[in-house]
Amino acid sequence: MTAEPTVREAIVHKSSGKTRLYIFGAAAILLIVGALFSESLCPYDPYLQNLDAALQQPSAAHIFGTDRFGRDMLSRVIAGSRASIFSTFLLVAIITAVGTAVGVFCGWARGRADDLLMRGSDLCLAFPGLVFALAVAGVLGGGLHNAVLALAAISWPKYARIARSQTLAVRETAYLKAAMLAGCSTTQLIVKHILPNIAGPILVTAMLDIGTMMMELAGLSFLGLGAKPPTAEWGSMMSETRGLLQTVPWAVFAPGVAIFVAVMAFNLLGDAVRDWMDPKMRN
Amino acid sequence: MKRYVLRRLLALIPVLLGITFLSFALMRLAGSDAITEMYSGVGAAVSQETLDAARAKLGLDRPFLVQYLSWLGGMMTGDMGVSFVSGRDVSDTFLSKLSATLLLAALSVLLTVAVSLPLGVLSAVANQKARTARDAGLRFGCSLLDFVVRLGSFIGNSTPNFFVALLLMHFLAIRLGWLPVISSGVTLAGAVMPTLTLAIAMSAKYLRQVRAAVLDELSKDYVTGAKARGVADGVILTKSVLRSSLMTIVTLLALSVGSLLGGTAIVETIFMWDGVGKLAVDAIMMRDYPLIQAYVVWMAIIYVSVNLVADILYLVLDPRVKLGMGGETK
Repeated sequence: MTAEPTVREAIVHKSSGKTRLYIFGAAAILLIVGALFSESLCPYDPYLQNLDAALQQPSAAHIFGTDRFGRDMLSRVIAGSRASIFSTFLLVAIITAVGTAVGVFCGWARGRADDLLMRGSDLCLAFPGLVFALAVAGVLGGGLHNAVLALAAISWPKYARIARSQTLAVRETAYLKAAMLAGCSTTQLIVKHILPNIAGPILVTAMLDIGTMMMELAGLSFLGLGAKPPTAEWGSMMSETRGLLQTVPWAVFAPGVAIFVAVMAFNLLGDAVRDWMDPKMRN
Repeated sequence: MKRYVLRRLLALIPVLLGITFLSFALMRLAGSDAITEMYSGVGAAVSQETLDAARAKLGLDRPFLVQYLSWLGGMMTGDMGVSFVSGRDVSDTFLSKLSATLLLAALSVLLTVAVSLPLGVLSAVANQKARTARDAGLRFGCSLLDFVVRLGSFIGNSTPNFFVALLLMHFLAIRLGWLPVISSGVTLAGAVMPTLTLAIAMSAKYLRQVRAAVLDELSKDYVTGAKARGVADGVILTKSVLRSSLMTIVTLLALSVGSLLGGTAIVETIFMWDGVGKLAVDAIMMRDYPLIQAYVVWMAIIYVSVNLVADILYLVLDPRVKLGMGGETK
């Protein structure tokens, strides 16, 4: 059988893994830099109420129209990027760090502590998706930081599992045994020999998770369990403007499109990173 | 078979204990109990003695573990306490709304399977054909088909379900006027948009997984062998490939029920669908802890049971799974 490239491969893969990595990496960096300097990018003050200009349809002056307080939606979408993107990063950083720490500890220590922690992580996985996060966020009482904590509480086990199995595998390799014989301390073994070798799969998982986490965080905010109005955050903005669906739909759709674009960019970047780090994982 | 099922059921006990314990502990962490909630509505300051007496009456002054065990004992008999807000029995309230959510979930699963199973298989076969077909036109057509299906799934994966819900609402209900904007009660017309929303999110993920599972199976040696012996492609596909990948497909479906159950909370809230998801979100807004507790515990139990059923189905579908070593099947 001769393997012909498919259309996707012709477009995507043949442009070599690296090119995709650069393109989507640049897109992601653009989003991040945009979020960093969002204040100076806004054409209007995103929090300034101007009731004379309320509920305007999209126009040259207000590309996405205005909401019921006359706030420019484009400015709010731009300003919202900061809360949405950076809280997602914080969330992914927390679950990656906690999950890896627990996983490496379990894989290294084994025994009863391992059993106990792994049963604990199994338990977290027994709760379906957002259900437990909803309850945790509800108990903590909303707020973006609490929403991050709530999602972190249910999302770390995936990383713990990966880190644990990787650590168990690395433990048995000859180079680690050699390092042990050479008299490396436990800290050295873990920091210098285990972590660098298990970082790949964990990093890829984290990259692929950014999009999902961004959507879940926005979902909690949409339900009023994340960012609180008037803070500009994409999920809570959509819930705020939801009632305008019949009159000025763009006030509702603009933050939605923003989430979509950001999630898409990070998902594409995640795919590119995965393909670049491990060509075997393609398909 | 019987022994396996029995063992799986026994293994469920610690999981259920853990689930109930975690939910109970979480609500206690909230730092507020029924008494505080009850008197917070009164407005006037209440003396500590009154609070203590009321707590003692409800047994809230007992040690944590004792409280947990008595709550667990109550749960076994279907008593999950009363709502802080309405004062109604939590189990009754919850069960009265559960059928609406289960209906939504069942419809979404059916639609998801109906859409993503054929499309996933089609996409996988097209991918294969795009590599091997002799005719250049066919190769191009197949790879284009695969590309379009994957693109659709990618877009679906990057759109949050509340955005999908609002888009559907805008186009189907407001622009076209085909459907009511919000459902008045549990009606079929009212179920269309929530079902579509849930199914779109679920299909986008599931489609990818079905495609990967079938593609994986298609690349195995026995397929090449069968082709070399002249077995028709359709026969290989239906008799061998689909049957072998069915296990993965069933397991993945059961696992994706998890995000479906979580998704119902958002979707029911948007479409005012009177199910447990909306009930839970309302309860969270009112800090009605017994109701939240019931929601968390029951959703986890449903999810765990669905996965258990999937594991048992595994056995029925695939005789290769030896009963003795089936304990760790995931």
